[in-house]
Amino acid sequence: MTMIEAIRDAHVVAMERDGKVVVFGEDVGYFGGVFRCTQGLQEGFGKDRCFDSPINEAGIVGTAIGMATYGLRPCVEIQFADYVYPAYDQIVSEAARIRHRSAGDFTCPITIRMPTGGGIFGGQTHSQSPEALFTHVSGLKVVVPSNPYDAKGLLIAAIEDDNPVVFLEPKRLYNGPFDGHHDRPVTPWSKHPLGEVPAGHYTVPLGKAVVRREGSAVTVLAYGTMVYVAEAAAQESGIDAEVIDLRTLHPLDLDTIVASVKKTGRCVIVHEATLTSGFGAELAALVQEHCFYHLEAPIRRIAGWDTPYPHAQEWTYFPGPARLAAALVEVMES
Amino acid sequence: MKAAAKKTSPKPRADADGVAAVKTPRPVEFDKEQELSAYRGMLLIRRFEEKAGQLYGMGFIGGFCHLYIGQEAVVTGLRMAMKDGDQMITAYRDHGHMLAMDMSPRGVMAELTGRRGGYSRGKGGSMHMFSKEKNFYGGHGIVGAQVSLGTGLAFANRYRENDFVSLTFFGDGAANQGQVYESFNMASLWKLPVIYVIENNRYAMGTSVTRSSAETDFSHRGISFKIPGIQVDGMDVRAVKAAGDLALDWCRTGKGPIILEMQTYRYRGHSMSDPAKYRSKDEVQKMRSEHDPIEQVKARLVEKKWASEEELKAIDKEVRDIVADSAEFAQTDPEPDVAELYTDILR
Repeated sequence: MTMIEAIRDAHVVAMERDGKVVVFGEDVGYFGGVFRCTQGLQEGFGKDRCFDSPINEAGIVGTAIGMATYGLRPCVEIQFADYVYPAYDQIVSEAARIRHRSAGDFTCPITIRMPTGGGIFGGQTHSQSPEALFTHVSGLKVVVPSNPYDAKGLLIAAIEDDNPVVFLEPKRLYNGPFDGHHDRPVTPWSKHPLGEVPAGHYTVPLGKAVVRREGSAVTVLAYGTMVYVAEAAAQESGIDAEVIDLRTLHPLDLDTIVASVKKTGRCVIVHEATLTSGFGAELAALVQEHCFYHLEAPIRRIAGWDTPYPHAQEWTYFPGPARLAAALVEVMES
Repeated sequence: MKAAAKKTSPKPRADADGVAAVKTPRPVEFDKEQELSAYRGMLLIRRFEEKAGQLYGMGFIGGFCHLYIGQEAVVTGLRMAMKDGDQMITAYRDHGHMLAMDMSPRGVMAELTGRRGGYSRGKGGSMHMFSKEKNFYGGHGIVGAQVSLGTGLAFANRYRENDFVSLTFFGDGAANQGQVYESFNMASLWKLPVIYVIENNRYAMGTSVTRSSAETDFSHRGISFKIPGIQVDGMDVRAVKAAGDLALDWCRTGKGPIILEMQTYRYRGHSMSDPAKYRSKDEVQKMRSEHDPIEQVKARLVEKKWASEEELKAIDKEVRDIVADSAEFAQTDPEPDVAELYTDILR
C-alpha cells in the first residue's frame, strides 16, 4: 500500500468507528484531494462527512476548531504546508490555547494534515518544511510519518487524540521511500516491508520514536524523508550509524534518543527545513543537556540551507545522502 | 433643535449610487491596427504556453506549470487599455501576464527551466517572477496573497500622487480567501486606484465555482464594501478592452476601487498534473469551437479583409520564431551557480 492509500485507509477506519469524524479542505471532497489522500471518502460517507471547502485556510481551521469544541473530530487538509500561514493565527491563538485558557473546560480534538517538504521542483511556495513553527507552540502535537504503516497508525491515533495535532506528510514519500538519489528510480512501497499495512483499526502511539537501523558508531536523528537519506548515508559511508525515526516531534521521545546517544557517543541531526532555529537546534540542545558526558564529538546538524527553497539547484539544496555521509565521516574523525 | 435634526438626517449615499450606476459597457469596435495587435498578442501567449507544455513533457520544466491557454483575451484586452506606469500583479497562472507586459519571452521561458537567464535567475520558477522595469509585480504562488499586495501598490500610487492604477488579478478560487475582503475594505475606505480583476475560469483546480462559492456572481463581491463590479465576456478581447477603459477611468478619476469579473475558461488542466476529469470533454470543446478568443479576432480580420491568409500566416510564423528562440535559450542557458542561492536574501 502506498502512503497515499494508507492515509486514505486511516480516514475510512476513523470515520467508520466514529460518526463525529468529519473531513474537509480544498478539493478534498469531489476531487479527492490534490494528492488523492481523500479519494472515495465523499462517495463512501456522504457530503455531510467529507466535503469541499472554499480556498480559505483560516476559515478551514477556524471552523474546525469551532466544530471540535462542540463535540466533533474534524480532520482537515491544508493542500500544501506552504499554504498554512493564513491559518497560523487560528492554530496558535485558538487551537493550541483553548484548553489552557478554559482551564480544561474545552478541548480541541482536530487533526490538521498537510503535505510537507521538497524534492518535487515546487519552488519556494510548494516545498517548505515548517515543522519548527509548530513545535515552538505549546499546546500542539506535531507528527511526521515516514512510511505507510506509520502513516495509517499515527493518523488514526491523531484523529482519536483529544489535542490539536499537526500532521505533516512528506510528499516525496507518498509513492515510495525516497532516499535522496533523485537520479535513480524510486522503489515503490509495494516492495518495502513498511508498505505492508494491516486492514482495520490499529494505532501507532504519538510520542514514540523508533530505531530504524541499529548501529554502534553514531546516532542519526531523522524524521520523514530524511530517514531514508540517513539509511542510504550509513550504507554508502560504511559507518555503523544508528538511525532513529522520531515520528512525533512533540511530544518528543527523549528516552529513545538519550539511550542511543549514550550508547554511540556521537550524534548527527538531519532535516530538510532550514538550519537556523530549525527543530535540529532543539534536538541538539536536548542531547547536549542529557548526554554531555557521553559525547565524544560535537553534535552536527545537516539541514536545508538558510535560503528560501530554490527552484533551480534543488538537489544541491536538498540534504541528500552525500552531504550526510560526509558529516558522518567528519563526526567519526573528530 | 432643528439644526440637530438636520445633522442626523440621512445624506444621499453617493458611493452606493455609484455601485449601482456602473454597467457593463458594450464591446468597443477595434480598428484594423487594434485587431492585429490583439491577434498577435494573444497568439504569442498561446504559442508560448503550448511550447511550455511541450518542454514540461520533455522534462525541461519540472514541478509546477499552470498554462493560460483559453484565457488570453483577459490580459491582452486589459493591457490594451492600460498605460505605461500602471502596475500588474497576479497569482501563479502568470506567463501570459508577463508576455502582455512586454517582458522577454526568453527571460520567462528560462525561468521556467530554472536557468540563470530567467527573470529570477532560476530561483523562482514558473510561479515566482517579476520585472520592476515592466511594472510586473509577480508571479505569486500562494492563492490570494497577491491581492493585499496589489492594494498596497494602489495606496502607493495615491500617496505619490501619480495617476497610475494597480491591476490586481486573482481567480474565482482566491476570491474566497479572507484577505481579499480585508483588502476590499481598505481599498474602498481609502479610495485606492485598484482594479480587482477576477479571472473566473469556473474551476478552482478541481472544484467548480458552484461547489465552493455561495455567491457565484463575483461582480457582486464588493457590494458590502461599496465597490462596484461588472461581469465581462472574458473571451471577447473587445469586451475586455471596453471594461478596462471604463475601470481605468473610474480609478484615475479618484472614485476608488472597482471589480471586473472576467468570465473566461482554461482549456488545459489546473496544472500539468491535472487530468481535468471534473468536467466533460464536450464542455471544453464547446468553449474552444464557439468562444475561442483568438479565432474570434481572426474571423473578424478575415471577414473585414483586414488581413489575408498569408498575412496571418506571417504573424503566426513571427510568433513561432520568437517562441522557438525562447525555448532554445531556455534549454541551453546554464543553471545558476550554487552560490546564487545565497544571494538576495538579506543584506
